[in-house]
Amino acid sequence: MQANAALEYDYSLAKKFTFLTILFGFLGMLVGTIIAAQMAFPELNYLLGEYGTFSRLRPIHTNTVVFGFTVSAIFATWFYVGQRVLKVSMAESRFLMVVGNIQFWLYFVGALLATVSLLFGISSSKEYAQYEWPFDIVVVLVWVLWGFNIMGLIGIRREKALYISVWYYLACFLGIAMLYLFNNMAIPTYFATEGLGSIVHSVSMYSGTNDALVQWWYGHNAVAFGFTVPIVGMIYYFLPKESGQAIYSYKLSLLSFWGLMFVYLWAGSHHLLWSTVPDWMQTMGSAFSIVLILPSWGSAINMLLTMKGEWNQVTENPLIKFMVLASTFYMLSTIEGPIQAIKSVNAIAHFTDWIPGHVHDGVLGWVVFMVMASIFHMAPRMFKREIYSRKLMEMQFWLQTTAVVLYFTSMWIAGITQGMMWRAVDEYGNLMYSFIDTVTVLHPYYAIRALSGVMYLTGFIMFAYNIYKTMTAGRELSEEPQFRTPMA
Amino acid sequence: MDIRDLQGYGSFFMTIFLVVMLYGYIIHLYRSEKKGERDYEKYGRIALDDEVTSTPVEDKPASKRENEKEKK
Repeated sequence: MQANAALEYDYSLAKKFTFLTILFGFLGMLVGTIIAAQMAFPELNYLLGEYGTFSRLRPIHTNTVVFGFTVSAIFATWFYVGQRVLKVSMAESRFLMVVGNIQFWLYFVGALLATVSLLFGISSSKEYAQYEWPFDIVVVLVWVLWGFNIMGLIGIRREKALYISVWYYLACFLGIAMLYLFNNMAIPTYFATEGLGSIVHSVSMYSGTNDALVQWWYGHNAVAFGFTVPIVGMIYYFLPKESGQAIYSYKLSLLSFWGLMFVYLWAGSHHLLWSTVPDWMQTMGSAFSIVLILPSWGSAINMLLTMKGEWNQVTENPLIKFMVLASTFYMLSTIEGPIQAIKSVNAIAHFTDWIPGHVHDGVLGWVVFMVMASIFHMAPRMFKREIYSRKLMEMQFWLQTTAVVLYFTSMWIAGITQGMMWRAVDEYGNLMYSFIDTVTVLHPYYAIRALSGVMYLTGFIMFAYNIYKTMTAGRELSEEPQFRTPMA
Repeated sequence: MDIRDLQGYGSFFMTIFLVVMLYGYIIHLYRSEKKGERDYEKYGRIALDDEVTSTPVEDKPASKRENEKEKK
């Protein structure tokens, strides 16, 4: 151990990806707030010609949040957590540092160009997979480089056992690799039309119902392996570390892991209920979605029970509050999803605002809260300074929590109203309402959602400011805190 | 029997297989802990004691690590 006396963890890559997480988080949420306002006030569609329309901006919102914000956060936390739980420093391998830096720059430039391409309408028009094939290749290269880093770090580790978080990061790596490759198989229209089409624009290699099935196998599991698996990996490290309490049941964490892996991949067809895919496949999607409650709640309960006997920390440490709220929203959205996947409920919920309502209580309440908590935990260790303002953190917490509640409650009401109105028939079996009737009724809920977006974005700006001030003006720390994050 | 029936049966038996595997795994976890072959809960400490100089919960054998260094 003497040889390692001067050895320290190298956080340079974690820092770089943290900056990107904040940058892309701000961009993604800003665009999200704009499009929420456009839904309530359609005149806002015409501010920037074709570049400001809902149809151009919406893919930018979703892709920036998924592939910009969340993926940056996955990389940032991996380059922090990976080293610590494997007890090996990135500084011990020059090769891995070089690979990590290439990954960073390729990712940064690629993500910016991909976002601009969507603004110019270069899109393959598949949900969460709108990037055209040149960008898909960049995504694959970045992913392979990340794979090198994961496997490389595991290869030179001191800790023989792989901590549960590493399992989750590995699952994220393998899951996204498989999904992304299969769903983005496409041919440039130039080659499909004997030179008449375009080199950049492409068509999917699948067609019709098969295309829909592959797409929603991908779409649903992008949520699984992008928004669930790595975030569970984060909370399994950051909650025990911040609270000083080991995971309540390590066995339950292993079991939930395999449960999630077995079940998640089969649930995607619930996105195609009441469509033209085979009926047994729809039923299978529903059934697996219900079963999915078990591993999801297994993880969530394990997180909450980790705080057993230490609940006082929720009032004493705002970071614990962020993480407990995140796991509570994880429970909420993983019970809500299966309910929506029941065929009879889906008959009302399908295509309505209840669906974005569900997505956002998961993403705003679970993913973003957990990512922000992770960055708050990492910041004093990475910058060797204490968190700039606890008060600002508290204010941010309540502002954003209120925003999430406003978001999902307004969308629940809007969605169910919409679903009921679309189905309503008079005594002769004629539809009672036209589409525009629902739009008129839903206006106040859309306005509430836009307001909640402004509130959430404001909270995120407070978060970014707090991290910036921590880096530049936080009180310097003489030694690294062991558990609880110091804050002024 | 057409392809869709085959897919349906395939899915059904796959489900049964996966359920058996999963329950088998639960039994395996508890049985190996009860027999004293393995203490799974000790791995929870990896997150708490995670300095680069901390003693690993399960060390990679020193000889193996030295061999790896020599190879480099």
